[in-house]
Amino acid sequence: MSKLLLRLALLLRRDRFRSELDEEMVFHRAERQRELEAAGMSAKQARKTAALEFGNLEQLKERSTEAIGFRFETVLQDLRFATRQLRRNPGFAATAIFILALGIGASVAIFAFVDAALIQPLPYRDPARLVDVTESIQSYDVRANLSYPDYLDWKRRNTVFSSLDVYNGNGFLMNTPDGPKPMSGVRVSDGFFKTLGVTPVLGRDFRPGEDLPGTADIVILSYRGWKQISGGRADVIGTKVTLNGTPYTIIGVLPESFDFAPTGGAQFWTPFHAQPGCDLNRSCHNLNGIARLKDDITVAAALSQMQSVAAQLEREYPGSNRGQGAFVESLAEGLVGDYRPILLTLLAGAALLLVIACINVASLLLVRSESRRREFALRGALGASRTRLIRQFVAEGSLLTALGALLGVGAAYASMRLLRGLVPINMAWRMPFLRTVGLNSHVLAFAGVVATIALCLFAVSPMLRLPAASMREGLQEGGHGSAGRLWRRLGANLVTAELAVAVVLLCGAGLLGKSFYRLLHVEVNFHPDHLAMIRVFLPKPLYPNDQTVITLQQQILARVRALPGVQSAGMTTVAPLSYNGNTDWIRFVGRPYNGEHNEVNERDVTADFIPTLQARLLRGRLFTDSESLNVHKVVVINQKLADIYYPGQNPIGQHFGDDGLSPDSIKEVIGVVDNIKEGALDSEMMPAVYYPLFQSEDHLVTLIVRTSQSESSLLPTLATIIHSIDPGLGIVDPSTMEEYMRSSPTAYLHQSSAWLVGGFASVALLLAVVGLYGVIAYSVAQRTREIGVRMALGAPRGSVYAMVLKEAGWLTAIGISLGLIASVGAATLMRGLLFGTAAWDAGTLASVALVLGGAAMLASYLPARRAASVNPVQALRAE
Amino acid sequence: MAKKPDLLPGTLDMLILKTLTRAPLHGYGIALSIKRISDEVLTVEEGSLYPALQRLLVQGWVKAEWKMTETNRRARYYTLTDEGRKQLGLEVSEFERMIAAIGRVLQDPQEA
Repeated sequence: MSKLLLRLALLLRRDRFRSELDEEMVFHRAERQRELEAAGMSAKQARKTAALEFGNLEQLKERSTEAIGFRFETVLQDLRFATRQLRRNPGFAATAIFILALGIGASVAIFAFVDAALIQPLPYRDPARLVDVTESIQSYDVRANLSYPDYLDWKRRNTVFSSLDVYNGNGFLMNTPDGPKPMSGVRVSDGFFKTLGVTPVLGRDFRPGEDLPGTADIVILSYRGWKQISGGRADVIGTKVTLNGTPYTIIGVLPESFDFAPTGGAQFWTPFHAQPGCDLNRSCHNLNGIARLKDDITVAAALSQMQSVAAQLEREYPGSNRGQGAFVESLAEGLVGDYRPILLTLLAGAALLLVIACINVASLLLVRSESRRREFALRGALGASRTRLIRQFVAEGSLLTALGALLGVGAAYASMRLLRGLVPINMAWRMPFLRTVGLNSHVLAFAGVVATIALCLFAVSPMLRLPAASMREGLQEGGHGSAGRLWRRLGANLVTAELAVAVVLLCGAGLLGKSFYRLLHVEVNFHPDHLAMIRVFLPKPLYPNDQTVITLQQQILARVRALPGVQSAGMTTVAPLSYNGNTDWIRFVGRPYNGEHNEVNERDVTADFIPTLQARLLRGRLFTDSESLNVHKVVVINQKLADIYYPGQNPIGQHFGDDGLSPDSIKEVIGVVDNIKEGALDSEMMPAVYYPLFQSEDHLVTLIVRTSQSESSLLPTLATIIHSIDPGLGIVDPSTMEEYMRSSPTAYLHQSSAWLVGGFASVALLLAVVGLYGVIAYSVAQRTREIGVRMALGAPRGSVYAMVLKEAGWLTAIGISLGLIASVGAATLMRGLLFGTAAWDAGTLASVALVLGGAAMLASYLPARRAASVNPVQALRAE
Repeated sequence: MAKKPDLLPGTLDMLILKTLTRAPLHGYGIALSIKRISDEVLTVEEGSLYPALQRLLVQGWVKAEWKMTETNRRARYYTLTDEGRKQLGLEVSEFERMIAAIGRVLQDPQEA
């Protein structure tokens, strides 16, 4: 304490301290001089010797002051000086800070998304114990949904889960004063929310047994649904809401923070209440499972037990369960696993951009320290200690980094909000983690680490240029001998690295862009232009039987076909390009059958559906609407089915039915249609069957209309027509086919990664080219005299051009070659994100090399021209 | 440029403190005294002496006051404080421990 006071006293009386120190030293020298004189030296000689012995007076004073001074005092001095330096050179400061902010901003923003998706735990109780549980199809080794009877057996027989629950999506039409409104709902087993560890904020959870058929119709609202239907009134509990014509009692409201990605933005959560039909059929798989692991059970142990349970069921029910295995993975993996590769790729891209930005700023600092060598040599001679000079670099580096980081974090925050806002709502529901993207402690810590690494780099790089020996050399006039060459070598290495990194980013962007293009132009085997789509929901109470459904569907089609511009209109149960699924198992009449599951996409379509898509009929004929109503059952298959099950045969006239070949299910193949893409754009083609829609009854159909006019302006008309036929019908997802393709999750993810990496790449290109320009321009400036001499000796201007361009050409060539090699490696790592594009796609690599090479030549042309226009006389006189 | 002290690092403070146990002295006097007593083996560079004195002052191990010398010139005299005496004891015992340790290492190379 007293020491602190003493220090404070010294600090306040600093001037006195200095004058005392001066006086003390003068006394010391005088005494020494006296001693030397006494030993017989002349007065003049003695004074000189004493002064020499004493050494650098200023440096000594500095060190004495350091001994007493507070650190922060000199730190403040350094910072003040650094600020002055930066202010005096605003162009340099602004450039460096801007580049740094760009690099830090990009990486921090992307990291925030990575953090929200992959690092932060899921927002459920003890999320590490939660798993995603489904069946799997062993022959394909892919996950598949659970059937309800299987679920009940799994639940009974397992000993690894403390609870196992299921859910499946379910659309509702809610009665409102303005007519029915389509809402999205989820059916869940009774323990669903307990398994996740979520408690309603209002009312209560489902009680055990309330999910059994025949129990009361109750519903829990999501927070959003609650706001939407009651404006957030607490007395909503106990009131009724009519869904699909059935009154449901509201028993609870979920917390605002609750999100469950697979169910999107569902507003209504109802108990499962198994229905006759699919729910009770062991071979109808429509459920997804979640479970909580018992305390000492691992995911692998759970998987192995569920596989043996599945094997038991396979023995017990060979018909329905043949080849049905089990699939268990951590819920986190299930919910965000799909986003990991893309997020990590983006993070890598941002990190590369940061590397380029840091290299650029470091070379700016190097150039500057080069031009400040004389200043530092002078300060050294005037008494600045070496540590003090180094601290000066650190202070300047800190100031730059701090400003860059601050601006970068601000930019990151803005871009986080912007990027989040750009995510369309249908994608946002699948990514609830977007809600937690923000400047939290993880993100700020990341920014801190990035800034610290950058600071170390910036503090160290100019220090390399401060060897003790060069101080004197620095004072000498000119002084760009060996040091200039050293910098040129270092700068050249940095710029090569920078070009290589830019190549990697450009190639990444090129490959992703090409993948996106390929994806949008994948062969779908129909003409997606001029198609309008709308989904129509027929509430069961209004359309209780086949006849009413069929009449309505025909009525809608007739009205739509009469619209001006409409060329044709058809209906299907599942829109093309949506998903592979809704499958059927078929068995061929007259062939041996050993219980294998011949899985095919099942689509129920009207006669006009295939002509509306303008898909090619390859063989046979299509069915007609009148035939659709016949007892005689017919089917059109796709080429893939013909290839797999009728290789080298004519499938027309053949018959197949369900796996039991029940007489009712037998159908005759009358036509083969081209492979219409039913699944997502990047999915495999699956065999498919097209049954006449009117031979089945379905309550949710997609109407597809081909028009010669603008398809998007047709959408509102379609809605009006459907409602004019029956205001009780639900209308969902109006969209044009092309819009639907572009906004599909697959296309969206490809598009956003291509755009973001493309953005990083363009900035990287700019920075690398500017970096190259800097190095070449500096090299020319350093060699002005040499160039002058050459020209004075008769070198033609052309040879000067050649000399400069050759230097730049070498750097560019090396940088691009290294970059191309690295790119193939990087692209191989991210090949999971590529679609229809090889990691070593020659076109992309060549264009990148051309673009970067061209830009680099342009950047070096300017200094080359300056070099060639050097006036030899002036160049020689300048020194 | 500063010349490097010939002393073992850390010993300068101890030597200054020890010198001041005999009598209060000014900086030049301290340097002279160390030089004489060590038979000119140890020379204290001014470049090290004054920073060291400031350090000791800040630690509170010495006090300084301005007095007149025998030759009638103003000089800054340093006096050892009680705390400084304690510190000197600590440093001397630590130093002796180290010398003894070095001695042991140098004496018996065969047994090592």
